[in-house]
Amino acid sequence: MTLDAVIAANRFGLGARPGELERARDDARGWLLKQATGSRPVPAEIRGLPSSAEIFKTYSELRRDRDDAKSDKEAAKRLLGGLRAKLAPYYLDQVAARYRVAVASEESFRERLVHFWTNHFAVSADKPQVLALAGTLENEAIRPHVAGRFADMLAAVEAHPAMILYLDNQASIGPGSQLAQRRNRRAAAGDRKLGINENLAREILELHTLGVDGGYTQQDVTTFAKALTGWSLGTDRPFLGGELGKFAFHDAAHEPGAKTILGTRYGQSGVAQPRAVLADLARHSATARHVAFKLARHFIADEPPPEAVERIAKAFRDSDGDLPTVHRAVLDTPQAWASPAVKFKTPHELVVSSLRMLDFVPSEPRQVAAPFDLLGQRPYTPCSPAGWPDTATHWDGPDALLKRIEWAGSVAGRVAAREQPLNLGQRSLGAALNERTRTAITRAASAEQGITLLLASPEFQRR
Amino acid sequence: MSGALAAGATAMLPRCVFADVATDARFVLVLLRGALDGLAAVPAYGDGAYAAKRGALAITSPQLKLDGTFALHPSLTQLHERYQAKELLVFHAVASPYRERSHFDGQDLLENGTGTAKAAHDGWLNRALPLLPEAKRRATDRIALALAQNVPLVLRGAARVGSWAPSRLPETDSDTLQRIADLYSTDDYFASRLQSALAADSVAGEGMSVGRRDPLNALNAVAAAAGKFLAAADGPRIAVLEAGGWDTHANQGAERGQLANRLRGLDQALSSLRTALGAAWARSAVLVVTEFGRTVAVNGTGGTDHGTATCAFLAGGAVAGGRVVTDWPGLANSALYEGRDLRPTLDVRSIMKGVLASHLGAAESGLEEQAFPGSRTARPLGDLFKHGLSG
Repeated sequence: MTLDAVIAANRFGLGARPGELERARDDARGWLLKQATGSRPVPAEIRGLPSSAEIFKTYSELRRDRDDAKSDKEAAKRLLGGLRAKLAPYYLDQVAARYRVAVASEESFRERLVHFWTNHFAVSADKPQVLALAGTLENEAIRPHVAGRFADMLAAVEAHPAMILYLDNQASIGPGSQLAQRRNRRAAAGDRKLGINENLAREILELHTLGVDGGYTQQDVTTFAKALTGWSLGTDRPFLGGELGKFAFHDAAHEPGAKTILGTRYGQSGVAQPRAVLADLARHSATARHVAFKLARHFIADEPPPEAVERIAKAFRDSDGDLPTVHRAVLDTPQAWASPAVKFKTPHELVVSSLRMLDFVPSEPRQVAAPFDLLGQRPYTPCSPAGWPDTATHWDGPDALLKRIEWAGSVAGRVAAREQPLNLGQRSLGAALNERTRTAITRAASAEQGITLLLASPEFQRR
Repeated sequence: MSGALAAGATAMLPRCVFADVATDARFVLVLLRGALDGLAAVPAYGDGAYAAKRGALAITSPQLKLDGTFALHPSLTQLHERYQAKELLVFHAVASPYRERSHFDGQDLLENGTGTAKAAHDGWLNRALPLLPEAKRRATDRIALALAQNVPLVLRGAARVGSWAPSRLPETDSDTLQRIADLYSTDDYFASRLQSALAADSVAGEGMSVGRRDPLNALNAVAAAAGKFLAAADGPRIAVLEAGGWDTHANQGAERGQLANRLRGLDQALSSLRTALGAAWARSAVLVVTEFGRTVAVNGTGGTDHGTATCAFLAGGAVAGGRVVTDWPGLANSALYEGRDLRPTLDVRSIMKGVLASHLGAAESGLEEQAFPGSRTARPLGDLFKHGLSG
């Protein structure tokens, strides 16, 4: 069935590239399944990027220079500007690499899954400490586990410097820890007491695992935050230990003692304790339901049918969170293959699918990032730890539609000299190209106008 | 928008009608996402427990006093001037009915108006639009406008609304736009959105482009744009703005620092809004709310964690200001909610209902049934405005 190939390439993949509908035609489901299993070498564009530890080292040096200059206000200000200017290229290179891979990939279902999980475990480059690290979370903690186990992905994400810094856990100190005891004994009356920060613990429970209705209490949040004290990274304050820019567990900052979370007692000491909590959260039935709902919302509909959610949740529970099994359950859900398409593309999806159809990526990193920014979805800046919304109502405002049309016009202007609009429509949408759109394109005054109409058409705006 | 395109847009759309004097009230809703620390924005310096409880975050000798108990954060100088001019009401110990601590559910409930997170897919302000006298005169997407590319939940729903955000993209020529409108003509989902967008764009006109990189400047520019929209005689009457960055878990700062900078940005934006409204400021009300407050005590990283009650502001020439409205619960241990948060004593829906009823003329019964179902206990606040119906 030709429509299956269109759905495989556009709904599950990131949009059909030249020749892709033909390649997916004979066995659309098998074509997708193969993409979601087994390991892959790191794409060359990403292999060339500096690691989070290298970037953090640079960041620490820059920050130290600034701190040294603090007495001199002007110099400190200059250095702060310098800090941003020095970190921004890392961010832009990560963005450019991400979208070069996304546009060129012959396995774009796998790439979509990478993007999906990155958004599930969202950090935001809007926070200065995270600006240069956001892309490394995707490349170091998501990508290696996208065909692995959820538990391993969870463990890798929560221990990644970008997540720890984004949700403030590096300085969360157990009030009964050695560090706090020592410091608070010596502290003068007005000094700040060392203590916990609940942010990471709360978002792990609410967003990464159980979900907001997953049955945890404020007490669970506070206790989990205590279990996570010491869960940090090696900084340039060497007395705490750890290798600079890499995950480190600071025993001296950890709140000692057993903790009871969600009714389970964790008597372990040190890093074994938060690890045990994370392992239990990863296999919790509420986690299965929460993850299944988000996958169903992403691939089926903004309000997915409960039986589809349950099918995916069951695959999660039965396989103990084996992601290829979970992803296959999505493909096995009949509603995921329904047509016509109902998911309104996010700006990210619209831009990537357009560029894949045109087989075109700008050469300058800044130009790669620009359209996402213009359409309201600057890469790696979801504004909140919940990630970018995955429902149409967040993206389909009147003004947003006008911006999409304006962007379509500007892209069309750049490629019109070498492309035939109807060929493009056939290449990307195949049998899903509407008669009405086809007629409008045929009657267009120019190739540029025809391509604008294609990109603006309802069937191209959905997947 | 080019002249040719504006003409094209006009051809597609019914020309709007001038609003008459009786319905000239303006309303701007500002949503602060991320949970503003109410005790930082409005320190309770006169509360005996304040200094000890707040520790390093306490502002103990504030310059911008409101009365013997409360002050404004030193960044809010222009709001303080409005207070002295009796154009600002400050509410404290305010909360929505939400009692958990998730941003996302908290915002959802603040906007959906039902008292339960995720209980509705539309917002209270959208459901209130048909209740307004103004809705008898013109289409709702000519009355209400989101100053964003996309429409926030509070304004989403059955009534069509406009949205507008500054653009750095080249405009599409009017012929192409007309053909796209034709292509959409059998698909109401796309057709209605395109129409609303073109309507807003034709009002916006020239000189509305701004840089969006710096979020504080962006809010300022968007606030100025909102003022310009609302000032127009045939422009919208209701606008919604949003601003993030209030989730201060670490290094929040007191008189100076991260949060102080944010508050200065907000103060500037509200001032720009007032300037742009011009003479219409006299008939305006600007409500500033956030999803919940933050812990009374400082956390281990110089910030505050998610809490419960917070503050809210109502500013405008129509507002009977110069007062702090609160049933102050105090900051003693026994008074705190769950031993950690400022206890809520005022339902934020009482303020919202007060604005809709007294300022915008919505029928109270409709507010109860449609805008805020199940909110009987949250009686609309009276005395918020200088003359009953502002107009």
